[in-house]
This record gives sequence, structure tokens and C-alpha cells, in this order.
Amino acid sequence: MLKYLIEKEFKQFFRNSFLPRLIIVFPIMIMLVMPWVATLDIRGVNVTVADSDRSTLSSRLIEKINASEYFSVRRVTLSYADALEDVDDGLSDLVLDIPSGYADSLGRGKSCKILVAVNAVNGTKGYLGGNYMAGILSGTGAGVDVSVLNMYNPTLNYRQFMIPAFLAVLIMMLCGFLPALNIVSEKEKGTIEQINVTPVGKFQFIFAKLIPYWLIGFVVLAICFLLGWLVYGYLPAGSFIVILAGTFVFILGISSIGLIISNYSQSMQQSMLVMFFFILIFNLMSGLFTPVRSMPGWAQTIAACIPPKYFIEILRGVYQRGCGFSDLGIQFAALTIFAVFFGLSAVLTYRKRA
Amino acid sequence: MGENAIEVRNLTKRFGDFTAVDHISFTVGKGEIFGFLGANGAGKSTAMKILCGLSLPTEGEGTVAGYDILKETESIKKSIGYMSQRFSLYDDLTVAENIRLYAGIYGVSDKEISPRTDKVLANLDFTAEKNTMVGSLPLGWKQKLAFSVAVFHHPKIVFLDEPTGGVDPVTRRQFWEMIYKTADKGITVFVTTHYMDEAEYCDRVSIMVDGRIEALGSPSALKSGFGANNMDDVFQKLARKAERG
Repeated sequence: MLKYLIEKEFKQFFRNSFLPRLIIVFPIMIMLVMPWVATLDIRGVNVTVADSDRSTLSSRLIEKINASEYFSVRRVTLSYADALEDVDDGLSDLVLDIPSGYADSLGRGKSCKILVAVNAVNGTKGYLGGNYMAGILSGTGAGVDVSVLNMYNPTLNYRQFMIPAFLAVLIMMLCGFLPALNIVSEKEKGTIEQINVTPVGKFQFIFAKLIPYWLIGFVVLAICFLLGWLVYGYLPAGSFIVILAGTFVFILGISSIGLIISNYSQSMQQSMLVMFFFILIFNLMSGLFTPVRSMPGWAQTIAACIPPKYFIEILRGVYQRGCGFSDLGIQFAALTIFAVFFGLSAVLTYRKRA
Repeated sequence: MGENAIEVRNLTKRFGDFTAVDHISFTVGKGEIFGFLGANGAGKSTAMKILCGLSLPTEGEGTVAGYDILKETESIKKSIGYMSQRFSLYDDLTVAENIRLYAGIYGVSDKEISPRTDKVLANLDFTAEKNTMVGSLPLGWKQKLAFSVAVFHHPKIVFLDEPTGGVDPVTRRQFWEMIYKTADKGITVFVTTHYMDEAEYCDRVSIMVDGRIEALGSPSALKSGFGANNMDDVFQKLARKAERG
């Protein structure tokens, strides 16, 4: 019986004029565009310098800052108060206050305090900008001692952090939304009535619905993997098998969530909105863009209950740190529990009787 | 299961305050063509859905093909065929693929499906359309196909919910020829319709008014009982009493 149902799902999928194109074009577009766009690398921070020293050494420092790709010096003022006005007016993100006697102190081998005032309205930009500035200052022997060690991502390349994340987003979108629309579209067309009056097993019916999404997921995975390698020269540090296994389990979970929503929905519109709600929460709370550990305690508890968190940990673990199955035991266990739980729920919530 | 294909007693279905089906009782014999008549909203489709295991009754009991309508709905589904009021085969599958899908679900063996499909399509004069997408067929053809799919697995009973709605007179005639052929094979036919000329073709008919069965018998018995010339008069006399619909 299962064979005939699976056959039907695949025929319907490939006959659709839109879906096969979607699963090819969508990942390609995201992978070609988004890694350039969604970056937290800070560039072009505007700096106003209050140089009370006016020495050769202070001018040299200003030149050095201006030469860095991260900063552009907008103006050099005489007083700190003048410099702050630039920040007030939104012209500048950062004020560097070089006190008078800066050259003198350095010449006599004493340390000298330089104030870096940062506009922290945009927290990330402010924080990173301040840190970059500290790095430059420490190189001038200005008495700032900074030591930063960037593990696993030595060049602080944000793209390496984001490529696994986009992979997760794509699989979540395609393997989550499409099943959410599937059963409910059979309800809208009325074809489900003919199916419900047959002795078809609930398990077979749901399983046949799930299988095509595995295939879709692996196509998406292959596209992302190839583009990550060909365009960005980025290959996972660990085994591809681990990624495949993680994807396999994850798709079962996320597609089941879609099917459950579809089971409860009366129209495609309703199904779409409910799924959108969940996908948004998944995107924002799974640690895709912001680390789960910096969320408040209650949010971390919620994050621990959503499947994508573990999938992203697996992807990043394998891509960046070369983790194997043994390092990702918890993540695989969690994903398996989710997959079984949601898979069974999808079968149980499918009602053959009104 | 005795001699009857369908037996129900005091079948009732309520939706909140509304009683769609109100204590109906009847039996349908094996191989009979049973017409299930009634105005729009009289409760025909609701009653039929209960018999097909798509819905549970609020009260009452009964058996379909010998299986209990409360506890053995999945067994009932194996023994029946169903043709919905609304066309519900897959538009994006071909004629042969739709047949193959449902034959497979009902457990017709793989080897058997193909020859039986060819035979059915030949009987329908449909062989040329074997690989046509169902969505592009005209309505009358779709209905004939839906009927063929419903009886493809040789069920004991076939339920037809307004099978000839919106179909031209020639096709309707052909449709009833198909129904007779099916009944000749010993398959019980349970059919709802709005066309009173079709009611004349049935072995027995029941007429539902406001959720209750107001008349039940062979067309000739009903006509003489109500002193009417044809089934249309019988229906008019009963349906005028309806308070809803």
C-alpha cells in the first residue's frame, strides 16, 4: 500500500510547475546573496578624535586608525566636548580622546590613558568597534594591553559562522512549509475525502507524505554544500556523514511539525500563518543569529525545546570544529526524541473521521 | 451478518442543537439498488458519511457489510466503495494513475491492476484517455471514472452521493446502465439523488424529510400508497412538509 502512496506523492511533486524549481532556485539565491549581506563584521566605523596633544606621535596614531579598514576618521577636534557633539549629531560612532602629554608620557616610557568612548546604541557595533580600536591602540604601545584569541575562526570571518546557519534556515523553510501546506491542500481540493473512506493506514499515509521531504532536504543540502565550497571555499572540518545523519533526523522532525499543523488547519492560509509563527520563533531562538547562552534563563529553557537549536549545533560543530558523532551525542539524542515525538503526533493527529 | 448489506436502528447525528439525522432505521438487502432521497439539507449526506465510517453517530447502532458502524469503521472501509458528491480524484494524476493508486490502497495485487484497468477502460470506452490528466476531463467523464474507481476493487457495497449531479441526460442514462451492471454482479448500490426519474430505477427508495425517514418502499408501492402518478408527486407531497431546507 505504501508503495502506491509514495508513487503518488512523487508524481504530484514533479508535475507541479513550481515546487521543483523552488527547491533548486531558492537555496542558490540564498547561498549566493545572504553570506555577503548578513554579516556582523564591523566596517567603516566613524571616529572623531579629540586630540589635545597635537604632537607628531598623536598624528601618527590618527593616521594609523584612518588607514585601517574598520575606521574612518571624520574629524579631529581640540576638545572632548566638541568631539561628543559629533556623536550627538549621529555623525560619529566612536570618540577617541588623546590627552595632552600623550607623546611626552610615551617618550619617557610611562603608560598613558586614552579614553575610547563608544556609541553603544547599536550594541554589537559599539562593542566590536571598541575592541578593534583597543587592538590598534595596543599596537602603538599606548599602555593598553589587549589579548584576544579567536578560536576556530581565526580571521573572525562571519561567513563561516553563517553558512551552516543558512543551510539550517533553508531546510527549515522548505521542509517545514511545504508539508504544512500539503495535507490541507488535499482538504481544500476535497481529495482527502476519497482517501479517508479507504482502509488506508494513518501511518502509511503520513509516512508517504514525509518521504519526499527527505529528498528535498538532501537536494538543498547538496546545493548549499557545493556552493559553500565553490563560491566561498568553505568545507566542513569534520565528516560529511555526520551532517547527513543530522539532516536526516532533523527533516523528520520539522516536516512532522508541518504535517501536524496541516492536520489541524482548515485552509492553506491558516496553515501558512501558524507555520510562519513557529518558523519565526525557530529562527530567532535557535541560536542561528544570536547565541542561546546570552539569552535570559527562561528563553534558554524554551530554546532547549526547539529542534533547530540542536541541528544548528551539529552543523556548526561539524563545519567549524570538526566534531564527530561522539562529540554530538546530546544533539543527536535530542533530535531523535523530537523526530519520534513529532512523527508519532503527526500520525495521531491525522483524523480519518470528522 | 444475515441477508442484509446494511442494517441501522435509531441512527442519530446531532451537531450542537441541530439534529441532522433523527432516529432513522432501515435495512438494505444484498444486491439491492437502494435510493436514498431527500431535499437539500434533509440529512442524506450526513447519514451516508456515518455508514461509510467517515463520521460517528451520536446515537443508534447498525452494521454495514456485517461490521459495526461504531467499532469497526476501518473494516467497513475495506468492504465498500464510495463516490463523493464533490469530485475527489487527483486532478494532477492520469486516469490510469488514479485507478492504480486506489487499487493499490484497497490491496488489489500488482499483477492484477494493469489488466483490470485495461478492461475497465475498454468498458467505459476510455482507452484513449488512459494517460490523460484527470483534471482536463469533462465532468460527465470524471463522474464515470469516479464510479469505476469506487467499484474497481469489487466492494460488497458502493455508496454514491449524488453521482449524476450536473451531468447531461445521455451521460446520466449511461451512468444508470453502469449501476445496473454493478448490481448484477451482486454489489449493493446505495445511491442519493435529486432526480425523481432516477428514483424510479431503484429497487427500493427511502425519502428523508428534516432528518427523518418519512417513506420507505419500492417506487410502485410508494406511488400507490400516496395516490401519485410518479415519484415526483410522492416527493412533492412529502417535501412540502419540510420545515428546514
